[in-house]
Amino acid sequence: MAMTITQKILAAHAGLDSVHPGEIIMAEVDLALGNDITAPIAISILREKGIQRVFDRDRIALVPDHFAPNKDIASAEQCRQMREFARDFDITHYFELGEMGIEHALLPEKGLVLPGDLVVGADSHTCTYGALGAFSMGVGSTDLAGAMISGKAWFKVPTSIKFVFSGKLRPWVGGKDLILYTIGRIGVDGALYRSMEFTGETIDSLPMADRLAMCNMAIEAGAKNGIITPDGITEEYVKGRASREYTLYSSDPGARYDEVHEYDASAIDLQVAFPHLPENSRPVGEARGVSIDQVVVGSCTNGRLEDLRQAGEVLRGHRVARGVRMIVIPATPLIYRQAMDEGLFEIFLDAGAVISTPTCGPCLGGHMGILAEGERAVATTNRNFVGRMGHPKSEVYLSGPAVAAASAVVGSIASPEDL
Amino acid sequence: MTKQSLYKGKAWRFGDDIDTDAIIPARYLTTSDPDELAGHCMEDADPDFQSKVSAGDIIVGGKNFGCGSSREHAPIAIKAAKVSCVIASSFARIFYRNAFNMGLPIFESPEASAGIRTGDELEVDPAEGIIRNLTRGVEFRAEPYPPFMVDLIQSGGLIPYLLKEVS
Ligand code: SF4
Repeated sequence: MAMTITQKILAAHAGLDSVHPGEIIMAEVDLALGNDITAPIAISILREKGIQRVFDRDRIALVPDHFAPNKDIASAEQCRQMREFARDFDITHYFELGEMGIEHALLPEKGLVLPGDLVVGADSHTCTYGALGAFSMGVGSTDLAGAMISGKAWFKVPTSIKFVFSGKLRPWVGGKDLILYTIGRIGVDGALYRSMEFTGETIDSLPMADRLAMCNMAIEAGAKNGIITPDGITEEYVKGRASREYTLYSSDPGARYDEVHEYDASAIDLQVAFPHLPENSRPVGEARGVSIDQVVVGSCTNGRLEDLRQAGEVLRGHRVARGVRMIVIPATPLIYRQAMDEGLFEIFLDAGAVISTPTCGPCLGGHMGILAEGERAVATTNRNFVGRMGHPKSEVYLSGPAVAAASAVVGSIASPEDL
Repeated sequence: MTKQSLYKGKAWRFGDDIDTDAIIPARYLTTSDPDELAGHCMEDADPDFQSKVSAGDIIVGGKNFGCGSSREHAPIAIKAAKVSCVIASSFARIFYRNAFNMGLPIFESPEASAGIRTGDELEVDPAEGIIRNLTRGVEFRAEPYPPFMVDLIQSGGLIPYLLKEVS
């Protein structure tokens, strides 16, 4: 039977020749991921059950990124729980402060996720790695505990929706705009339980940072995973990072799709998602003039070097408007260093922005930029739910880095063309 | 399987796309203590929910209940708030998964979701997948659990199931 790329990866990891949609399988995972919010619960399960060893100490990644550097005593305790577990169980890929970055930027950067892998992570944005041609999905802490013990997890084989993008992108438009536009068309449950496969000539030439941003937000359409067929761009990215073999899968020609959506990417403008759902996306022109208090450039969606470069390009020679706070958060220590070496820090500092150490921070309303009642932010993050960045009566508008930086300069939502 | 008892309680109806930040805001995620989490259950959707809900009550959502983060704190908070089960027209997939792995009973039924208002007295028969709205005298069918899920529940959840497998 013809299978999609997602189905092929699942079948291979379950030791089956083929799988069919709806079938529930047990499959081997290549990597299991936890962070400082979700891992402590999984760790408590292992400790309670008296488990002495994990399935493979090299195939577990523990990243304290959400509330680290520890924002308060309680988060310090959670991080300590992870640290002690990593030490007691001799976990290879535990990332202490200094090496720690936002998990979904860090793991691909370190070559820990490779094409053809099956990855589960106790974090919803684990779907990011689909950009590398891996099957990866978010699970809960109990699943993480199960995977750490047995190296396995259960999966219900999904059907897929195919998204075909054609045409050349407009200036400044990137992966974030494509995915916001897509979610705006299909809604926050438009791909519920299903796989989103991104294809077409636009995707074929899309840089890895943009692919990661797209797959990152598949969960915002309810999808189980987002995935892009690995190609030359993928191989270029993993070259020098991979320290083990990997497999390039692609969908069979006759694979079945629930739906096929074709979008003319050349007609897609810069996007802004209005509060309080990522599906409320509109062209930036319709958001122009909405006054703002804060801008955040960072997160697992848009905290990569390419994103900081774009923000820097827009900001160069400008200052952040009076009354607006701008926070830039490089997603990993490597990105931090590269941005510094390239002179981007000078641009940010000259503009009056602050630069944070790598952390999830304000993205989930944790720390480092919480909003007060009635305040409004433009953020390159992925969720604008009620209270996501602070007070339940604050608002988050989602965009890519170019719109975020331009808005910081103007003091209200703006396009780089407005400067 | 031992006979499952009925869930009986008052309905609390919420809208579509109730996300995990509404179920348990991230500002409380510095703990995974069930009792503390229960004290903030549904806080950003209805700040008074905690003072109104009683043991056994049932949360009823629209479509895509539990969307957003993968935090198990969400089903933990709901369970610890002594809510007996959740009914929705559909669930976000990670929430659906977490609920099963942790033993929070959930039922998918668009008809029930549409036919229940806050304050209605409900009775749910999990074995039969039947939801009765006692206040309005109507009955709805929920999706039956797939066989693997029944296995999981019979083993007592994911961890006991896997421990049995690896040993
Ligand atoms: S940056 Fe935001 S969305 Fe990404 S892992 Fe951290 S909290 Fe989650």
